Amino acid sequence: MGRYVIRRLLQMIPVFIGATLLIFLMVNVMGDPIAGLCGDRACDPATAAQLEKEFGLDKPVWQQYLTYMGNVFTGDFGTAFNGQPVTELMSTAFPVTIRLTIVAILFEIVIGIALGVITGLRRGKPVDTGVLLGTLVVISVPVFVTGLVLQLLLGVEWGWIKPSVSSDATFGELIVPGLVLASVSLAYVTRLTRTSIAENKRSDYVRTAIAKGLPRRRVITKHLLRNSLIPVVTFIGTDIGALMGGAIVTERIFNIHGVGFQLYQGILRQNTQTVVGFVTVLVLVFLVANLLVDLLYAVLDPRIRYA
Amino acid sequence: MRGATHAKWAACAAAVALAATACGGGDSDSGGDGTGVVSSSWGDPQNPLEPANTNEVQGGKVLDMIFRGLKRYNAKTGAAEDMLAEKVESTDSQNFTITIKDGWKFSNGEAVTAQSFVDAWNYGASLKNNQKNAYFYGYIDGYDKTHPEKGTQSADTLSGLKVTGTNTFTVKLNQKFSTFPDTLGYAAYSPLPKAFFDDHAAWLKKPVGNGPYTVDSYTKGSQMSLRKWDGYSGEDKAQNGGVDLKVYTDNNTAYTDLLAGNLDLVDDVPASQLKNVQSDLGDRYINTPAGIIQTLAFPFYDKNWDKAGMEKVRQGLSMAINREQITDTIFQKTRTPASDWTSPVLGEEGGFKEGLCGDACEYNASEAKKLIEEGGGLPGGQIKISYNADTGSHKEWVDAVCNSINNALGNDKACVGNPVGTFADFRDQITSDKMSGPFRAGWQMDYPLIQNFLQPLYYTNASSNDGKWTNADFDKLVDEANAETDQAKAVKLFQQAEEVLRDDMGAIPLWYQNGSAGYSDKVSDVALNQFSVPVYNEITVN
Repeated sequence: MGRYVIRRLLQMIPVFIGATLLIFLMVNVMGDPIAGLCGDRACDPATAAQLEKEFGLDKPVWQQYLTYMGNVFTGDFGTAFNGQPVTELMSTAFPVTIRLTIVAILFEIVIGIALGVITGLRRGKPVDTGVLLGTLVVISVPVFVTGLVLQLLLGVEWGWIKPSVSSDATFGELIVPGLVLASVSLAYVTRLTRTSIAENKRSDYVRTAIAKGLPRRRVITKHLLRNSLIPVVTFIGTDIGALMGGAIVTERIFNIHGVGFQLYQGILRQNTQTVVGFVTVLVLVFLVANLLVDLLYAVLDPRIRYA
Repeated sequence: MRGATHAKWAACAAAVALAATACGGGDSDSGGDGTGVVSSSWGDPQNPLEPANTNEVQGGKVLDMIFRGLKRYNAKTGAAEDMLAEKVESTDSQNFTITIKDGWKFSNGEAVTAQSFVDAWNYGASLKNNQKNAYFYGYIDGYDKTHPEKGTQSADTLSGLKVTGTNTFTVKLNQKFSTFPDTLGYAAYSPLPKAFFDDHAAWLKKPVGNGPYTVDSYTKGSQMSLRKWDGYSGEDKAQNGGVDLKVYTDNNTAYTDLLAGNLDLVDDVPASQLKNVQSDLGDRYINTPAGIIQTLAFPFYDKNWDKAGMEKVRQGLSMAINREQITDTIFQKTRTPASDWTSPVLGEEGGFKEGLCGDACEYNASEAKKLIEEGGGLPGGQIKISYNADTGSHKEWVDAVCNSINNALGNDKACVGNPVGTFADFRDQITSDKMSGPFRAGWQMDYPLIQNFLQPLYYTNASSNDGKWTNADFDKLVDEANAETDQAKAVKLFQQAEEVLRDDMGAIPLWYQNGSAGYSDKVSDVALNQFSVPVYNEITVN
């Protein structure tokens, strides 16, 4: 196990370097960011040159990358164009997005798995058909439509919630945005659980457990669910990263100042430091989440061994 | 009982700290007693908030609240009126003596003196401070030493500025510029306290100025709370208790918040809501002219666009654009078809002249086709109008303009839009002279002067002459106008220069832009000034 973890951690290094380099190159081919800094008029050449020097943009890209990565290892993610250190932006943005992700994941786990178990056990019944239809609708409607409709109905028409999230972004305020963010994944979790449960219901070990006379509740939670959850855990695990990075749309609709907001601003203003910094952290989140998923397999199914 | 009172106090303090809402019995219903707080939409300023470094509206809003300069533009007429200036005198339009009023203070208690201005201007003009509005000091003598075009600066201070007393200083310009005093209302000319230079980082976290408001708290990227400053020395004291500026990523969300009663003021109604805004807000919707004009510029560095006869093609293109129809259908009348190169906010005395463009700006399909053919046709048989696709809804109108041109010429391939991914890339292509056809150009005035609509945009090698249009007659007339001390005569000369621009069609004027805003029934006395910024200090909370 220990060896496995170390090997996996070592594998992360090339992935990490490759991903950050790609992002670095992509942001850099978009043109000169200083040109956009002065608004609709041109920066005067002297100030532009001075700014380029300050942000290190006058050097070749490979050199910029090396300096950047060198700084990252000492915890220095550079400075955004508005003069704020990127780490400061991160310290305000990440807590908000993490809270939003937690809300979304909780929805996925609680509602998604519950619905999946219910429908999986009652295949073909009206409940099953109803939920299946429901998930189909959720999957086919784009997130921004769901978001805007909920915002309009709950926020403006009925006044149950505030249409936008305040800068504190407490858990309470994030319930509706979290649900919107989770909606599509939630539908997938439901469907995955349902299929998995329905398949395992007919397996030998379940029949044995029932034959032994174990209570139904115990059969479902200990035998059936535990084995059926492996694909679901994989999905939810990888979804953590996807939710954090993909919150741009939801964050925009509900005016949440999280990672999505900072990334959007960074891309719009072509701020290399902000974009690369945030993406670097997101890559790390992806990698760690994947590692955790793999380790969780052993907990769920002892037959899975790590060499 | 005592305990209960304490608890109430604590709760009030917490509520004030968190949401800055009024607290306690009776207070919450302040009934226009000047203590209510206005919440308003805001965008994240792109640059650090310093007077000489702020070049966009969002940062400008804050400066307008926490600073007062020598002059201030009347929100209704646009006239430059004395604010801190006691008098600005000159006999030759080149040497000015400025006397400031006594008794003004910064909100940290420091007195505003002549030195406060001179220090601020020197700071702004110095190359090593990277101030994006440094060119504003370009008329002051010695600017080329503190801000050379290349290399390092040879002086830290402008030689043209001299403090002659606690409240007086002199300004020597490097050329005659009769309307210079009228430019002094611009935020870049604000005074700065010593605290700015002593601890710059701390100042940026919480800016200190001499305006009617002070910054109470500032969370970058999400909110700035400004509160009325009781020690303010000016006459235009705040009529409300403060303003909370909330950052919105999307103006649609801000608008939704306004409808839900969650926000008091939106100063940018999203294009997609313009259809509903009348029924949603009724007379709480403001749509007033602002000092902004949109034009199509041409790449005069490209030989195809600079050869003889091309002025006919440019005039033809201008005539092929149905401005009336586009402003009605796409902009829901929040734009007015342009018939000169300035803006209606200048007023007739200030130099706005309706119809100066003449027939060239009137839609006339057959004449347009004839002119373009006479001029030798479109270069390469097709034009591409470049625009940035990331912000604003430029795609819609560029497509409409192209449609209009195609219809007029009876050729559906004559004009196509050429979207550029980001604003930065768009600006990059413009400044590196890479445009091969007409491109979108917008101009928001710095100060309400006809000079500001012409010189920076069309004077040879001027800072914002993106198309590199050049004309000796135009330059000569602008120089003469700047040297002319009689305001009316100066305006006439500027208009003559504008006629030169018209005859060569150096840029096609499209439309004047309006400022649009909406507000809730909780506030009144809301108005926009000519810069399309709300006049915050006059808003009252009902």
